[in-house]
Formats: sequence, C-alpha cells, structure tokens
Amino acid sequence: MGKFIKEFAKGLIISNPVFVLALGLCPTLAVSTSIDNALGMTLAVLIVLLGANVIIAAIRNFVPSITRIPIFIVIIASLVTVVNLIFQANFPDLHEALGIFLPLVVVNCIILARAEAFASKNPIVSSLADALGITVGFMLALLMISFIRQTLGTGSLSVFGFHFFTLPILGKNPIAMFILPPGAFLIIGLLMALFRRMGVMKSE
Amino acid sequence: MNELIAIFLGMVLINNFILVRFLGLCPFFGVSKQLGSAVSMGIAVTFVMTIASIATWLIYHYILIPFDMEYMYIVIFILVIATLVQIIELFIKKTNIALYFSFGIYLPLITTNCAVLGITLILVYQDYSFQGSVVAALGAGLGFTLVLAMMSGIREKLELANAPKAMKGLPIAFIIATLLGLAFSGFGGMI
Repeated sequence: MGKFIKEFAKGLIISNPVFVLALGLCPTLAVSTSIDNALGMTLAVLIVLLGANVIIAAIRNFVPSITRIPIFIVIIASLVTVVNLIFQANFPDLHEALGIFLPLVVVNCIILARAEAFASKNPIVSSLADALGITVGFMLALLMISFIRQTLGTGSLSVFGFHFFTLPILGKNPIAMFILPPGAFLIIGLLMALFRRMGVMKSE
Repeated sequence: MNELIAIFLGMVLINNFILVRFLGLCPFFGVSKQLGSAVSMGIAVTFVMTIASIATWLIYHYILIPFDMEYMYIVIFILVIATLVQIIELFIKKTNIALYFSFGIYLPLITTNCAVLGITLILVYQDYSFQGSVVAALGAGLGFTLVLAMMSGIREKLELANAPKAMKGLPIAFIIATLLGLAFSGFGGMI
C-alpha cells in the first residue's frame, strides 16, 4: 500500500507531466479554454492511460522488445477509438468541443512515455498507481490553466451549467485574449516561472 | 484555383499549426534552439505531412468508407503514418545519405508528432477534396516550418538575454510564443 501511495504522489509534483516534464503540451494548451473541456480531456486521458498501463503491465513479459513500440501504439490507439466512440455517443457537446484533440490522445507523449518508461517494467498494481498519479497531475495543471483562462477570458466561472460567480468589471468587458490561443502560452509560461520562483521546480 | 490559394494561406498564416491550433508543440519547444536543425525538422515534417495526407485520404475514401469501417480511422491512420515514416527513412538512407544524416533523430520522432496525425484528422473532419488536402497539408507544413525557424532565430539571441532566473529556458520561450501568436492573429482578417 505504501508503494502504491508513493507511485501516486510522484506524479502530482515531482514528475508533474505538464509543468516539470513538459509533456503533452498540445492538448493542455488547446483544451484549457474552459473547465468543462479540461475535465472532459482528463476523463479521456484517465481511461486511456489506466487501460494502457494495466494492459501493457500485464503483457510485459510476452512482448518481444524489438516490436514493443508498435504493439504499445496499437493498444493505445484501440483504447482511444473506444473512448472516442463513448464520448460521441454519450457526451456529443464535449466530443464536438474537444474536436481532433480527442483522437490525438494517441500521440500524447504522456501516455506512450508512461507505457515505455514505467508500465513495461513494473507490475500491474504499481502501473495502476502511476497512471492515477500522472492523470491527477495532468488534471491539476489543466484545471489551473483553464480556471485562469476562463475567469479572465469570459469574466465569469461556470462548470457544467452551474454558475459560480461573475467578476465585477470583467463580467462586462472580459479580456478575450485569454480565451484566444496566445493567452494559453502566456498563462503556462507565467505559471511555470512562478513554480520555479517558489522553488517547487528546478530552474535551468 | 482561388479556393486552393485561400486554403494554402489559411493554413500557413491564419490557422497556423503551432500558434493557433497548438499542434507540434514538442518539437517547437524542444528542437527550436538552433536555426539549422529547426529548418531540417520543418522540412522533414512538411514532407511526411504531405505524403501522409495523400495516403490517409486515399485509404479513408477508397477503403474505409466503402467497407463501412470509418470508426477504425484512428488505429489505421497511426499505423499508416508509422509505416510511412519507416519507408521514407529507409528510402532516404539508400538514396541520399547526406540528407539522412542531416535529419538524424528527427525523422523517426515524426511518428509521434501530433502535427502529422493532426493534419490527417483535420482533412477527414472538415471533408476536404483531394487537391484541397494536398494543398492544405503543404501549407500546414510550411506554416509549421516558418514559425519553427522564426522561433529558433529568436531563441538563439535569447540565450544571451538577461532574463530573470526563474524565466530562463522554457518559460521565456512561452512568452515569446505569446507575442508571436498575437502578431499572427493580425493575419486573421486577411481572407
């Protein structure tokens, strides 16, 4: 159990996929326009990463090392196809909003990196913990960025239809730049610099 | 003809792959430290994107649709791209060894570059014609190369700049990308 918690906690801060490892930047920046999209993307990554890590850890002793990468990719692609169809059937709005970034989970470096670096060498339970930790780390990063972008860019915060608050001045005149693509680069750059300043992350 | 020019300019400037669509960011922040390697990478990606788009367009329209297997597109596309990259690598190694060494590690890495899978998906989702697909893929690749080259030029100078310690490296590169993105959003009303 202690090992499970250790593998889980590692993904949150020390090897946070987005801020520390700079992996999976494309979906992080693209879907962080609202918290709804961020949570939808996290759900997709959770299902695929859990499935991929468990399957790969289970078959790790039978896979010849020369052909392992193509095998991993086919496993991941099949899982993404399943998730894509589930989303299309059950959450059509979310499927529309995520667009090509849902199928692009296949080439998300986070998933292949965990499969190659962790699941192919470790037993099923640790791989499960690793997948959960990395996904929560990914979710934290996405929530942070999308919270800032949504509140500044639209002037109000609402999640899945629940309205939380509207900012006094920004509610009428939101800073649209934060919803547009350049805003994503600005927020992630400033957050990264902030974490380095606070000493959470190493500077270069 | 006008439509093709519009698609091309739209892909290069307005819907730029890196700055607007957020595709291919890993090489953008990883490789773009030297102008030479950035241009090699950009050309390699453009080449693979164009060939992959032609191949996946033909497979999607002449194999997957007639056999009612559209839902398999994700698995099929990634396999096609991985195979193509291998074939191109072997072909370049046999025919032009100098080019092969100048591409180096970048060629095999293109398989997991989201720009390549991204363009093939965009072409299917937005239902482009065959000619439109070829022009769009070429434009997307050139737009990618353009921004990658611009960024690497700026980052070469940035190494010498006196940035705050916490901002050095990746954070300042993101800020530069913000400014480039704002500049490119000026192209928005062009077409």
